[in-house]
Amino acid sequence: MPQPDEDGTGAFVRALVTPTDPPPAAIGLRQRRRFDIYRNNVAHGMIEALGASFPAVGRLVGPEFFAALARAFLAEEPPRSPILFQYGAGFGAFIDSFPPAETVPYLGDIARLEWARVQAHHAEDAEPAPITALGTVPPDALAGTRLHLHPSATLLHSRYPAYAIWAASMGAADAETVDLKRAEATLTHRPALDVETRHIAPASAAFLSALAAGAPLGDAATAATETDEAFDLGAELTGVFAIGAIAGISPPPD
Amino acid sequence: MPVDALSLCVPPRAGVGLKPEHVDAILADPDRVGWVEIHAENYMGAGGRPHHDLSRVREHLPVSLHGVGLSIGGEGPLDADHLARLKSVAERYTPGLFSEHLAWSTHDGVYFNDLLPLPYTAATLDRVATHIEQVQAAMDRQMLLENPSRYLDFDTSTMSELDFLGALAERTGCGLLLDVNNVFISATNMGFSPEAYVDAFPLAAVGEIHLAGHAEDADEGGAMLLIDTHDRPVSDPVWLLYERVIGQTGPVPTLIEWDTDVPDWDVLATEAARADRLLAKAAERHAANAPA
Repeated sequence: MPQPDEDGTGAFVRALVTPTDPPPAAIGLRQRRRFDIYRNNVAHGMIEALGASFPAVGRLVGPEFFAALARAFLAEEPPRSPILFQYGAGFGAFIDSFPPAETVPYLGDIARLEWARVQAHHAEDAEPAPITALGTVPPDALAGTRLHLHPSATLLHSRYPAYAIWAASMGAADAETVDLKRAEATLTHRPALDVETRHIAPASAAFLSALAAGAPLGDAATAATETDEAFDLGAELTGVFAIGAIAGISPPPD
Repeated sequence: MPVDALSLCVPPRAGVGLKPEHVDAILADPDRVGWVEIHAENYMGAGGRPHHDLSRVREHLPVSLHGVGLSIGGEGPLDADHLARLKSVAERYTPGLFSEHLAWSTHDGVYFNDLLPLPYTAATLDRVATHIEQVQAAMDRQMLLENPSRYLDFDTSTMSELDFLGALAERTGCGLLLDVNNVFISATNMGFSPEAYVDAFPLAAVGEIHLAGHAEDADEGGAMLLIDTHDRPVSDPVWLLYERVIGQTGPVPTLIEWDTDVPDWDVLATEAARADRLLAKAAERHAANAPA
């Protein structure tokens, strides 16, 4: 029997997340259907929230599988914050380890791509730097200059054609033409208000990864050339500045 | 930018919950509604379109700040980090009204994304009152507390909801947000008279009204259960109950809540216009009854 001065929230929560249990004693079996409204609202609300952040994952596996996947994730890693767009950081890793999803081996990468998009949507605003910023650096200091990726940027390296699969799931590309044996890297960022995701070449991915890790321009170019000896630094710089992926530069200290 | 004038008050007109898909239509003709309400948690990111859109709307319309994640009815202490985030949203957008719910949503650090019920006892009253005082101190302003939609009773309750809300308003100085749809839902589900409930409500403390649509379901005995869905127009009996309330209070800022299956702007603005007509009628009646 609960004490009259105790509100029994713990018992409510245990019954809430254990649908086979009866409602808590203070509510009673006579209100079982009524208690189920809260069970449904909580489960449905969280599945919807995950679905809003991971629409492509939902489309790739269908609503029934997605609901089962979301329920399993919720049981393993329930949200710890009322800010729902911050829930789901571990969804990709959870999918990787979720045995029923083994037949969709790229699904975790799609979840990571969508997570990058949600984070970019809410990321700190920053004005992209123009390529003319490099013109202010003395030529002999260029190799030691650091380029800062936009704060909204995330690079992802997938063993699968993650970009092509994601684009196809959005109806932006033809799913039939996706070659599942191809690895793809993606860059997701938000130069102004709209989030952009693009497929980038392996050398470009190596270059941007090195910049993201804090390497100066010279070392990043070397990493890119090691990946593909045809890497064209001038064309690469024109491209990354043009899409607003660089938020600032730091020339080496004198 | 007339921000200071707009921050003074939310007018006793109809407002709507701000949805990203309506921003352009609102900016094209802001006068169709008197104000907008935002869910605080949607504006707790660092930047991007949510802040960009809200900043533009804020140049034309007063804002009401509605929290859904503070868990004021929770057993544990308030989340100080979340309260600080709420405060920073309020500092950025200077809302004319600020409200939260008589409910809990977090327990042992886990967030349930729902407004969950609590029994009404002397102990829960003490705890909720303490939480409200902490919120009002941290936010440095009065908050409005919203009555819940109820689906069940606790055998452990020792007070009525009306006594509970009245005692909270008296002890903490908080105002009340009267959700008329919630009253109708609770009355249907728990078998009491919605008219008697609103007539006995501490109406002097009401600073805002909510209206929304609900869905019909049934319990195992076949009794009708109404579900608070916010996914359709306000029902006729809720409009009638609303008229009864503003007939007594006079015009009060009134929100049309529509959060799921969000309609085209015109449909939502038409619902708001209906509330505005009733508010104008209530204002006339009040002016006629006022002592000369």
